[in-house]
Amino acid sequence: MKHFPTLLNHEVRMLLVNPSTYIAATAFLVFMGFIFTGILESYSRAPQETSPAHVFFQLFWLPVFFMVPLLTMKCLAEERRLGTIETLLTTPVTTTEVVLGKYSAAYLLYLTLWGSTGGFFWILHKFAGDARFLDTGPLLGGYLFIAVSGLLFIAVGVFASSLSRNQAVAGILGFTMLFALIIGLRFLDDAAWLERDVLQAVKATVEYAQIFQHYEDFTRGVVDTRQLLFYLSGTVLALIFSILGVEAKLLHS
Amino acid sequence: MSDATPAIAVSHLVKSYAGVPAVNDISFTLARGEILGFLGPNGAGKSTTMRILTGYLPATSGHVAVCGQPVATAPDAVKRLIGYMPENNPLPDDMRVSEYLYFRGRLKEIPRRKLGPRIDEVLELCDLKRVRHKIIGKLSKGFRQRVGIAEAILAEPPVIIMDEPTIGLDPHQILIVRDLIASLRGRMTVIISSHILPEIEVTCDRVLIINQGRVVAQGTPADLRREVLGRTRYQLEVAGDLTGLPILLGAIDPTLEAGERSEPGADGFVTLTLTAGHDTDLGEALLRTLASAGLRIRALSRAHPTLEDVFLAATRRSWDVKSDAIRQSASRS
Repeated sequence: MKHFPTLLNHEVRMLLVNPSTYIAATAFLVFMGFIFTGILESYSRAPQETSPAHVFFQLFWLPVFFMVPLLTMKCLAEERRLGTIETLLTTPVTTTEVVLGKYSAAYLLYLTLWGSTGGFFWILHKFAGDARFLDTGPLLGGYLFIAVSGLLFIAVGVFASSLSRNQAVAGILGFTMLFALIIGLRFLDDAAWLERDVLQAVKATVEYAQIFQHYEDFTRGVVDTRQLLFYLSGTVLALIFSILGVEAKLLHS
Repeated sequence: MSDATPAIAVSHLVKSYAGVPAVNDISFTLARGEILGFLGPNGAGKSTTMRILTGYLPATSGHVAVCGQPVATAPDAVKRLIGYMPENNPLPDDMRVSEYLYFRGRLKEIPRRKLGPRIDEVLELCDLKRVRHKIIGKLSKGFRQRVGIAEAILAEPPVIIMDEPTIGLDPHQILIVRDLIASLRGRMTVIISSHILPEIEVTCDRVLIINQGRVVAQGTPADLRREVLGRTRYQLEVAGDLTGLPILLGAIDPTLEAGERSEPGADGFVTLTLTAGHDTDLGEALLRTLASAGLRIRALSRAHPTLEDVFLAATRRSWDVKSDAIRQSASRS
């Protein structure tokens, strides 16, 4: 892991000098801003049961579907397309260090983007002057959920990027995998054919992997270690597969 | 590290892609400080061999060692011993030259303290000082190529492997690169592959010609010329009665023969190509004999076979061997 700081430093630097980072960040903030104003408008029309933060973070999947593939599709696919992966891997660095460096940089950017939405709540607090709008529980829970689930989402995106040398393919693949993970599992949970006794174990597994349910728990202040374990083990698995993906491509290139 | 172990030892290297052999039983060794030129037509297995040497690709079978370290079992040690410039010289487009070299230097474990002066030194050596703050994506091909070479020699590794370092350069830049490679002679072991044959001839101590994954010839350029071609060619411009020429030539040397003959020009001179079966110079004897036979000679030159001739002869020879084998197996079945 000697080279990890060098690689991470390099990746972060590359993100900072790249105009596409700023374009993506602006697009993200504009999009989230629209959602936030929409939420506030509905609150001004009629009283609601939950706090604005709760509704805001409930829509986490919208930016995840678009931002995560955009942030991660480039990282390994681009290296392979340009051939720089060859120069990179013929220095004394390991594939693990390379993948972890890329992953960490993408995750840091993801956190920064979400972190900047904190400005919305600050503005709300400043102008509304009403403490009820800022329910710290759901707010902190929401951000914690974003940070923990982001680990897995970014890892899935990196894995998709390790499978192709084409950025567009990697992006679409990443989107599909995230869609299956978030929405697909939710549909599966509702499926009637899973109700049978023989499939009890499958049903239990699917229930355990409900990302929307995890979100509800986090905002209610329940941080379940099983859920943490779900994200952590998923992340580790996705990263191991990414490393294998890079190395397998070496073997067959 | 003693000088006794060769810088590179390759024995019975085989690499196949999905059952199709790209490199088929290649063996060679390279002493320290030597410059080896790797020649071969497209798809001969040059890049594959180089990639295996760097540890980037695993070999199917065979043994490869760099400075005594086996590539298969000690890839980390080998990566510290080589500087590698891949084919087409991939570089990140959105970095500055000095930034890129700094990043690569850190990856190659050069201490921070030494890295700054070393980068200056390498920039000077590769004549890159003017562009050190430019963005790589905006550099011309020649500069990019030199950035690649600078990167390869940055950590002063004992072995440098460059895949087609002069591809796409203009003659002036080729000269610079050639001088650069020649300046490494004795200090570093260098392997370069190239299509530009005179290039290899000038810079390399030894040449390895491979075709279809096999070594078809190796040795110094002079050795190869003698071994592969095995004869000398003369060009003669002569006027007069040429009917008695074969007898005259036979009298000079039994292996001397007249080859192609051009149509006589307006002044009666004919251009003749003569070939001899060995490489002792027959120029003087030719001049004396032909002049005494009443022929008028305007010019005589001994053709120096270039590496190009050797290369064509060697690769053709291996094709012949292969097509013979196919014919034989076809007739057997």
